[in-house]
Amino acid sequence: MAAKKYEAGVKEYRQTYWMPEYVPLDTDILACFKITPQAGVDREEAAAAVAAESSTGTWTTVWTDLLTDLDYYKGRAYRIEDVPGDDTCFYAFIAYPIDLFEEGSVVNILTSLVGNVFGFKAIRALRLEDIRFSLAYVKSCGGPPQGIQVERDIMNKYGRPMLGCTIKPKLGLSAKNYGRAVYECLRGGLDFTKDDENVNSQPFMRWRDRFLFVQDATLAAQAETGERKGHYLNVTAPTPEMMYERAEFAKEIGAPIIMHDYLTGGLTANTGLANWCRKNGMLLHIHRAMHAVLDRNPHHGIHFRVLTKILRLSGGDHLHSGTVVGKLEGDRAATLGWIDLMRESFIPEDRSRGIMFDQDWGSMPGVIPVASGGIHVWHMPALVNIFGDDSVLQFGGGTLGHPWGNAAGAAANRVALEACVEARNEGRELEREGKEILTNAAKDSPELKIAMETWKEIKFEFDTVDKLDVVNR
Amino acid sequence: MAEIQDYKSTPKYETFSYLPAMTPDKMRRQIAYLISQGWNPGIEHVEPARADVYYWYMWKLPMFGEQSVDVVIAELEACHRAHPNNHVRLIGYDNYSQSQGSSFVVFRGR
Repeated sequence: MAAKKYEAGVKEYRQTYWMPEYVPLDTDILACFKITPQAGVDREEAAAAVAAESSTGTWTTVWTDLLTDLDYYKGRAYRIEDVPGDDTCFYAFIAYPIDLFEEGSVVNILTSLVGNVFGFKAIRALRLEDIRFSLAYVKSCGGPPQGIQVERDIMNKYGRPMLGCTIKPKLGLSAKNYGRAVYECLRGGLDFTKDDENVNSQPFMRWRDRFLFVQDATLAAQAETGERKGHYLNVTAPTPEMMYERAEFAKEIGAPIIMHDYLTGGLTANTGLANWCRKNGMLLHIHRAMHAVLDRNPHHGIHFRVLTKILRLSGGDHLHSGTVVGKLEGDRAATLGWIDLMRESFIPEDRSRGIMFDQDWGSMPGVIPVASGGIHVWHMPALVNIFGDDSVLQFGGGTLGHPWGNAAGAAANRVALEACVEARNEGRELEREGKEILTNAAKDSPELKIAMETWKEIKFEFDTVDKLDVVNR
Repeated sequence: MAEIQDYKSTPKYETFSYLPAMTPDKMRRQIAYLISQGWNPGIEHVEPARADVYYWYMWKLPMFGEQSVDVVIAELEACHRAHPNNHVRLIGYDNYSQSQGSSFVVFRGR
């Protein structure tokens, strides 16, 4: 079937890679890119170029193309759409056959989809908005080591969000003083405390000393309160070998949960660590340092919903999601979208939340979203309403900054949380009646009363930089 | 320092244990919520000294499909009468998530 002849030279990408008649297969990996082309490059050519450069193509025809079944392996640009309210760019939908990627490798997928193509001259800017991972591909990935239900059963936490706190100051505490801060938080009513992501194993506090003192603090708080507690021991390390050494030690001393920074630590390390956690019955908390470098610019980079999906496939039981209400970036509708992508088993396409494809996770366990950053007791009603029960709400300054100390700060948050859950279950509207609910709860909790007086005036009302493109301006 | 209060911790038992004991009316509303979520009520109890184990004693069997708040309350009270010194908790079994949708102590033991 020698239908094609070799012709050297450069031909238009659209001749090979623009296929508006193509109907994607259920097994295909689908991607939606927001493309800002260079002046003079038309949409079809730009979309075809992105499809080519992120799959089989190179800038010129090569004779070895004809040794492959190129028409099977190539990426196909199959649809173009306007970006509502923004004429500088457009959406391109590209389908990739599943055999372009190694099974169970989000690394391989990203290397293709956000590799060389992002530096490509024909486009001025490029953003990966969403990926549809076919169920066939999802099934090749390990996913969260334990998942939401198993974590609840291990930690014995039901019917409410869990509470956490990152220990501060994030740098400079000795291991023993650090353990004190952990103990005070946990005895006051938090479920978890967390190593700051910046804490690895610095000269002022080596990891082994920290792990031992923190585990002592955790066990003491458990014995005192009768509740199960955990501290996310950060095992992020310079090398995979050192990471595993720390993970093994955490398991040896009986810690229930460890932590990893999946972007700075790397996706290969993260996937390996998730597999280790699954094998060893450990929970895995995931931090997301560097995400804003990738996801904040609305025209270039990778949207956080993609990074969320990547993490769910690579593996992690918790992932920071943004708070909607605190000091960090996050449009409410978009945040609700990626929270669903973490927790649900099927998420339908919903442009009002930026979700460009149906996503079927099959039986893959869910990830618990973690709301952290600049939040305090006054935010509690909104947080419970937005996040629901399957979440971890983390109050750093909002616990440690309490005028009576960490234990009182923790108790204030716990009382506020339980009052909000109780009120929600009674059918009350949390965000409208929040003040009354908290004020009433504070009658029985001097810790909460003082917390409400301390943080009363703080608000965060900066506009988000990356808004959803859903309404025509 | 005089204005700083010392924090005294007392034994707790997870959800709602940081709030004052619920009035009967508030308790009814929590049970109604549990039923409205489609969960199956189940009752467990334990001696306070043993409360930190996963498995408490199961009172009879979970009340699969029970829709009446009064029936659930009657069983909670029966369990409490039989074991007046024990913690008694109500669980909402969620067979969809294969976990517990809620779990909270109704009678606090001594």
